[in-house]
Amino acid sequence: MIEGLLHDQASLLNFVIFFVLAAVLLLVILGFVTYAILAERKVMGFMQMRYGPNQVGGPWGLLQTVADVLKLLLKEDTIPKLADKPLFILAPVIAFAPSFMVVATIPFTDKLQFADIGVGLLYYIAVSGLTTIGVVMAGWSSNNKFALLGGMRAAAQMISYEIPLVMSVLGVILLTGSLNLNEIVAAQENVWYILLQPIGFIVFFIASVAELNRIPFDLPEAENELIAGYFVEYSGFRWAFFMLSEYVYMFAMASLTTVLFLGGWLPLFSFLDFIPGAVWFALKFSLVIFILLWFRSTFPRIKADQLMEFGWKVLLPVALANIFLTAIIKELL
Amino acid sequence: MLRTEEMLLNVGPQHPSTHGVFRLILKIDGETIKEAKPVIGYLHRGTEKLAEDLQYTQIIPYTDRMDYVSAMTNNYVICHAVETMMGIEVPERAEFLRVMAMELGRVSSHLLWWGTFVLDLGATSPLLYAFREREMILNLLNELSGARLTFNYMRVGGVKWDAPEGWVDKVREFIPHMREQIKGYHDLVTGNEIFLNRVKGIGKYTKEDALNYSLSGPNLRCTGVKWDLRKNEPYSIYDRFNFDVPVREEGDVLSRYHVRFAEIEEALKILEQCVEQFPEEGPILAKVPKIIKAPKGEAFVRIESPRGEIGCYIASDGKKEPYRLKFRRPSFYNLQILPKLLEGESISNLIAILGAVDIILGEVDG
Repeated sequence: MIEGLLHDQASLLNFVIFFVLAAVLLLVILGFVTYAILAERKVMGFMQMRYGPNQVGGPWGLLQTVADVLKLLLKEDTIPKLADKPLFILAPVIAFAPSFMVVATIPFTDKLQFADIGVGLLYYIAVSGLTTIGVVMAGWSSNNKFALLGGMRAAAQMISYEIPLVMSVLGVILLTGSLNLNEIVAAQENVWYILLQPIGFIVFFIASVAELNRIPFDLPEAENELIAGYFVEYSGFRWAFFMLSEYVYMFAMASLTTVLFLGGWLPLFSFLDFIPGAVWFALKFSLVIFILLWFRSTFPRIKADQLMEFGWKVLLPVALANIFLTAIIKELL
Repeated sequence: MLRTEEMLLNVGPQHPSTHGVFRLILKIDGETIKEAKPVIGYLHRGTEKLAEDLQYTQIIPYTDRMDYVSAMTNNYVICHAVETMMGIEVPERAEFLRVMAMELGRVSSHLLWWGTFVLDLGATSPLLYAFREREMILNLLNELSGARLTFNYMRVGGVKWDAPEGWVDKVREFIPHMREQIKGYHDLVTGNEIFLNRVKGIGKYTKEDALNYSLSGPNLRCTGVKWDLRKNEPYSIYDRFNFDVPVREEGDVLSRYHVRFAEIEEALKILEQCVEQFPEEGPILAKVPKIIKAPKGEAFVRIESPRGEIGCYIASDGKKEPYRLKFRRPSFYNLQILPKLLEGESISNLIAILGAVDIILGEVDG
């Protein structure tokens, strides 16, 4: 349907349809973020022998995040006197917008996808790189030394881990022969790429945790060193935008991991295909999210110089070797 | 024009990793520290001056608030000083209660250190595990003294309260439980590659440095100096117990970590022997005059607190208040080496090094 609309004459109806679709996607994602935060707090609580939120919205704290968001909306919006005002206001938007844009290309099932782009994977990686600009802008414009340090760390980290991330998925692209995410999933009909590309998967997963700025790679916002890093001066809903973009990226990255390595919406065994693809996708996706949460409550934080060393001296060579190996094996078979 | 300049960065007094109101003025080049200048005194309450207008028994609650993580040792040092001056013989049962309280305090203090230290390195869960066991110790001490943090338990000549019924058995049960948990801690953190990378070989100093800077406690023993007042100058009834003084040679952050863990084990050993030898009955307070007046003269005593040597100097002119009181507060002395250690380190290392010193700001600032 979307294909048809795209080729139609531009009209008000088309615009409304696209607008509604985008709004629906946004709502889905906001719903996810709301409950991902709750899940994070609950899972961490469980691992740390605490209850986690259990007051607002019943014994499971189902409305806790909603209440938090309302609180953030009501908070005073402060802008430091010596901040670079236009940049300060713009930074959260620039950090958030790409995180939402990348979600459009993720195929949740073979039918449910908002934009089926031929170079979906490339689009994802290219657009997600834009967030770095927002983060550095935030660090710079806040006129705060801790924020500046956080911003610089973020820039260094995101750029150096982008490269192994891209390199690790090249193996998948070689096997599929396409950058289209739908075709990548379809190519995993028989066997998932996590089995064919184990090295690629490990590199991808580590690099993606670093891209998400989560423990053990959460240096840009290391609260014990830099207090909060690049968003230390932000408050209220501007701060929420950074938080939001982080969780939306978590959503996007977990989806991408599912699509690239865990067979997307395909069932575990073919006789289980009576279960709808969306359920399979949700299951695999939740597993990835759970592992990310598990990481957070287990690992300490890595050091800045070791982070760079690890990225350039370990992950990148391993990813390159993986491409080489994949190419050779593909050629020989 | 492009140029680089040094940045002046204030770490603290409000900073999550300074464990209170400690402030560091850093001159940094990128993330490398060129110069570090500690600023202390935000928590100064003038305990020593206040004590000059207080009777000896009234001073004890003030000592609780110095090193609030192991207040029992502070209680002990002031009582011990007055007892030394007056020549009071403390009943055996009271000494056992004191030693048990102090060793429990040592375990809880090191646990708290472990939790917060690892938290500073970014791991959130260990703190809660450490607090689980610390909670058990606090409950034990609460049953003993009626307070969880500021105990005000010891008195000149003994202790204020006798152990409630079954308390000793609870301590007996606690010891194997704690040993079991320590294994879990090691599994979770000690072997972790990321953790080791962050603490190994940083914040290193030599035996000479440690002695010249007058460091004490685990900060001294991590360089290979086997010096523990419980062994070298036994006070109370420590000469009756069989325990070891853990020592490491490396002098880095990791060695301090290991020394503290080994000390927990040794403290448990002492507790075990205490529980076995605990006298069935007996007085808990020596016969002391109603109004305690230290005789004219002066005395200095020192004991081993979890952080190092805590000393107490009393100069008395024979009145019921001391003429001058002075505490040797180990955290204050241990902190002095920090600027030297921080030179040339990065900000992430700063957190690890500062955390490993194990400062308690109440004690640093007096």
